[in-house]
Amino acid sequence: MTEQTKITPEIVAEHGLTPEEYDLILESMGREPNLTELGIFSVMWSEHCSYKSSKLHLKTLPTEADWVICGPGENAGIIDIGDNQAAIFKMESHNHPSYIEPYQGAATGVGGILRDVFTMGARPVANMNALRFGMPDHPKMPHLISGVVAGIGGYGNCVGVPTVGGETDFDESYNGNILVNAMTVGIADSNKIFYSAAAGVGNPVVYVGSKTGRDGIHGATMASAEFTDDSEEKRPTVQVGDPFTEKLLIEACLELMASDAIVAIQDMGAAGLTSSSVEMASKGGVGFELNLDNVPQREENMTPYEMMLSESQERMLMVLKPGREDFAKAIFEKWDLDFAVIGEITDTGNLTLTFKGEVAADIPVAPLVDKSPEYDRPWNLDADKYEPLFAGDVDGVSDYNQALLKLIGGPNLSSRRWIWEQYDHMVMGDTLGDGRPGGDAALVRVHGTNKALAITTDCTPRYVQAHPIEGGKQAVAETWRNITATGGRPLAITNCLNFGNPERPEIMGQFVGAIQGMGAACKFLEYPVISGNVSLYNETNGKGIKPTPAIGGVGLLADASKRASVNFKREGDIVVLVGETEGHLGASLYLKELFGEERGTPAKVDLAAEKRNGNFVRSIIETGDIDTCHDISGGGLLVTLAEMAMASNMGANITLDGDHGTLFGEDQARYVMAVAADKLDDIQEAAQSTNIPFKVIGTVGGDNLVVTDKVNVAVSDLKNAHESFFPEYFSKHD
Amino acid sequence: MKSAVIVFPASNCDRDMAVALEKIFGEKPAMVWHGEATIPDVDFIALPGGFSYGDYLRSGAMAARSPVMAEVIKRANDGVSVFGVCNGFQVLTESGLLPGALMRNAGLKFICKDAYLKVENNQTRFTNKYEAGEVVRYPVAHHDGNYFADADTLKALEENNQVVYRYVDAEGNATPEANINGSQNNIAGIINKAGNVLGMMPHPERLIEHDLGGDDGRALFESAIAALANA
Repeated sequence: MTEQTKITPEIVAEHGLTPEEYDLILESMGREPNLTELGIFSVMWSEHCSYKSSKLHLKTLPTEADWVICGPGENAGIIDIGDNQAAIFKMESHNHPSYIEPYQGAATGVGGILRDVFTMGARPVANMNALRFGMPDHPKMPHLISGVVAGIGGYGNCVGVPTVGGETDFDESYNGNILVNAMTVGIADSNKIFYSAAAGVGNPVVYVGSKTGRDGIHGATMASAEFTDDSEEKRPTVQVGDPFTEKLLIEACLELMASDAIVAIQDMGAAGLTSSSVEMASKGGVGFELNLDNVPQREENMTPYEMMLSESQERMLMVLKPGREDFAKAIFEKWDLDFAVIGEITDTGNLTLTFKGEVAADIPVAPLVDKSPEYDRPWNLDADKYEPLFAGDVDGVSDYNQALLKLIGGPNLSSRRWIWEQYDHMVMGDTLGDGRPGGDAALVRVHGTNKALAITTDCTPRYVQAHPIEGGKQAVAETWRNITATGGRPLAITNCLNFGNPERPEIMGQFVGAIQGMGAACKFLEYPVISGNVSLYNETNGKGIKPTPAIGGVGLLADASKRASVNFKREGDIVVLVGETEGHLGASLYLKELFGEERGTPAKVDLAAEKRNGNFVRSIIETGDIDTCHDISGGGLLVTLAEMAMASNMGANITLDGDHGTLFGEDQARYVMAVAADKLDDIQEAAQSTNIPFKVIGTVGGDNLVVTDKVNVAVSDLKNAHESFFPEYFSKHD
Repeated sequence: MKSAVIVFPASNCDRDMAVALEKIFGEKPAMVWHGEATIPDVDFIALPGGFSYGDYLRSGAMAARSPVMAEVIKRANDGVSVFGVCNGFQVLTESGLLPGALMRNAGLKFICKDAYLKVENNQTRFTNKYEAGEVVRYPVAHHDGNYFADADTLKALEENNQVVYRYVDAEGNATPEANINGSQNNIAGIINKAGNVLGMMPHPERLIEHDLGGDDGRALFESAIAALANA
C-alpha cells in the first residue's frame, strides 16, 4: 500500500472501522482521507483509545473528593497526601501482547504505566500488578506464567522501581486470554505537576527518548479485537522494551522538570505519536504541525503511516517554552537520549504532517477526539438475582485439616513467593519490612518522611460473574479493607476493567453491572476513581473471560509507626473476629477448589457495615493499641487464621461453634485482629459502644492451629503445603 | 567520614547507598557521574547496585571501562576504601580490582529476598564491628550473582582469608540449599589482598533500620568509621 492508495471498504475493514464509522470520518474530513489519515482515525477511534463502548457508563463513576487533585482524563490520577506532596497513579492492561509474547508484553506493560506516571512529574516509587492465568495444567501456562513474571521483573528491576505486590489468580476462562494489568504509583510535589494540554502558538514540539521503529504498529487496534487461533501471527505487533533507556528517560525528564522549560508533556503510549500529539493538541485547543523528516528513526524508509502508528517504546512528546530548546537538549544529551524539535504549535486546529516537503496528512483535531463514536450497546443484567448458599446447601467436609491444606496449597491461595522473589521489592529503600509482598497491602514510606502509602490490587471475578453489581462493589470494598487492615486511610482507586466482547449483551451487562456496583462502593466509602483503563474483547474464539474489573487502591498512613501486619506478634495475644458471619458459600473458593463447583451468588456487600467495621479497626490501629490485623477474603475465616499463623510461625487456639459455612464462608466486612491481653477490655468496650460486632475467638500460641474439635494442624505443615505449589509446578514444567 | 558514590547510567541503588552513608557517616556523600575523570578527596568510595548501561554486554563490563573507573582504580591502589555492592561488585571484578566473575544465578532467575550470611573474616576495615563467624541477614537482589573463579584463585582467596561473606542457613551452615545463586564455596563477598576493596552481592545498605525489616547492615559502615579512627 502507498500513501496514494484508494480507500476501499476492505481497507476500512482491515483498520477495524465499521462502514458507519467510515462515513463519520468522511463527514469530519469533508473529503476522502488518505491512508495515513485513515490510520490515524482508526487508532484514535479504536476501542482502546476512544472508549467508545464504555464511556457512557464510565461517566457515572464518582471521581471527586477534597483530596483529589486530578481525576480521570490525564495520563494518571492525582491525590493530595499532605505536606505539598501528591501521589500519582494508574493501572493499565497489556493483555493481548502478553499472550502473544509474554516477556515483552508484560515488560512493555510496566514501561508504559511507568511513563504515564513520570510524565506528570512524579518519581515512580512502586509498581504493582494484577495477573490472571488459565488453568495451571493448560499446556501454554508454564511458558506464559514464567514469561510474564520474568518480563515484569526484568523491566521493573532494571529501572529500579520496586515491585511491591499484586495478585495472581488461575481460572479456566483465561486459558486463551491471560490478563496482565500493571500499576505504578509515583510521588510529586503538588506544585510541580505536569499536564498534557499544549499551549502557545509557535512553541516548539519536541520528541525525546528512543528512536521510532516499525514495532507495535496497530497495537491499539489489536488490543481492540478478539483473539483467534492465528493470533500468534500478530507477534510482530508486540513492542520490545528497553528498561535501560526508560531509566535514563525518567532521570532526564525529572531533571528537566525541575526547571520551568516545559509547557506540556505526554508519553507516547498506545498509538504512539498519533495519540500523544492529538491528545495534547485537543486538550489545548490548538493545532500541531509536525515535520516527520525530523522524527528520530531506527529503520530506513519509514512512511508517515508507519511513523504515526508505531508503538516503539520509551518515547515522550513535549511542548517547550520558546528559546529553551538548547537548555533541554543538553540534559537529554547528558543522558544519551535522542532529542529532536519535530514541529510547532499552530492556530489551525489541525494536525498537519509534512514529509519530504509535502503534506502527508491534514486532519482537524477536534473531531478526532470529540466526534469519536460513542455506543450505547444493548445489555442484559439480572440485578435482582439472589441465590445465596449456606452450609446446608452445599456438601460439608469430613476432614477439615485436609480441606484447609488443599485450599492454601492450591493454585489460588498458595504462597506467591516464587513470583515476588523475582521482583526487586526493596530498591529505593522505603519498602517497610512488614509491608513487603504477602501482606494485605504493600507499605511504601514516602521518602524522607514518616508517612507511608498503602497499596493493593484486588478483584474476585467469581463474584462479578455470579452477580456483576455485588462483584463490582466487592472488588472496591476489598481493596478498601486491605488498606484499612494495615492502618491506612483509603483515599482513591484506579481500575482496569477487563471484559469480553461488549457487542454481546450479556458481556455488556456484566460491564454495566460492575460499574454500578463499583460506583456505589466508591461513593459510599468516599473512595473515588481517579484513573483507569478499559480492556474489552478479551475473548478467544467467541469465549469470554470472567469479568475482571481489577481495582488498584491507594491509602495513606499519616504516621507509619502506627501500623498493623498479618503476622501474630506475641504468644498469649487474644484473637478477635470483627464483623458478622452468616456463612455465605455462594461463588466461594471452598466450592470451587474443593468441589469444582461454581454456583450461587456471593455475600452481599453491606457498605454501611463495611465502613463502620473498617473505621473501627483503623481507629484502633492508629492509637497504636494493635499491630496485628488481617482482613477476611477468599477462603474465609479459617484461611485467614492459617495465613496469620504461617506469617508468624505461631499457632493459635480458637474456639468457634459452627460448620463449614462459619469456617469457609466469604462474608464481607470482616477482620481478624490479635490484641494484647491487657488492652482487650478497652478495645472491646470501644467496639460495643459503637455497635461493632466483636467476638473473642481464641489465643495466639503453640505450634499448631487448633479450632475446637475440627482443626488441628501444625503450622509447619501448613507452610509446607502453602509454599510448595509454585516450586513443584515449575520443577515439573521448567 | 567523607565518601563518594559513583553513579553510572542506570545505577539504581545510588540513592539507597547515599541515604545509608549519610545516616551512618553523618555527611552527605559526593555523587560522582561516570563521565567524571576526578573524584573528590574521600575516605570511602561506593559503587552502588543497579544495571549500569543496562547490563547489555556483561553485568558491569561497560561501567568498568567508563572514565571514572580509572580514577577509582588509582584511589584503590592508594589504599582508599572501595566498596562495591551487587552491580558494584560486578564492576569491581570486571575492572580487575577483585578476582573472579559473577555469572548468571544457578537457578537462572532474578532473586530478591533476605539471605543469611556468615561473616568469615571480621578482621577487615569493613567488618570489625561484627563478631567472628557472626550470622547476619542482608537482602539480595540480583540476576548475576553466581561467583566463579579458577581453582588457584579460589585456593588463594580461602588461604588469605579474602572470603569475607558466605551464604549460610539461619544456623550458619554453608549448605548447598543456602547457596542461593550457586556461587563457588558459597562465596557472597570477597576482599582484595591489600584489604581495602570489598565486593559483595548482598545489600547491607538496605537493612540499616528496624522499620525496613532489620539493621544488620549498619555495622559494616560503622566498621569503616572505626577503622578510619584507628588508622
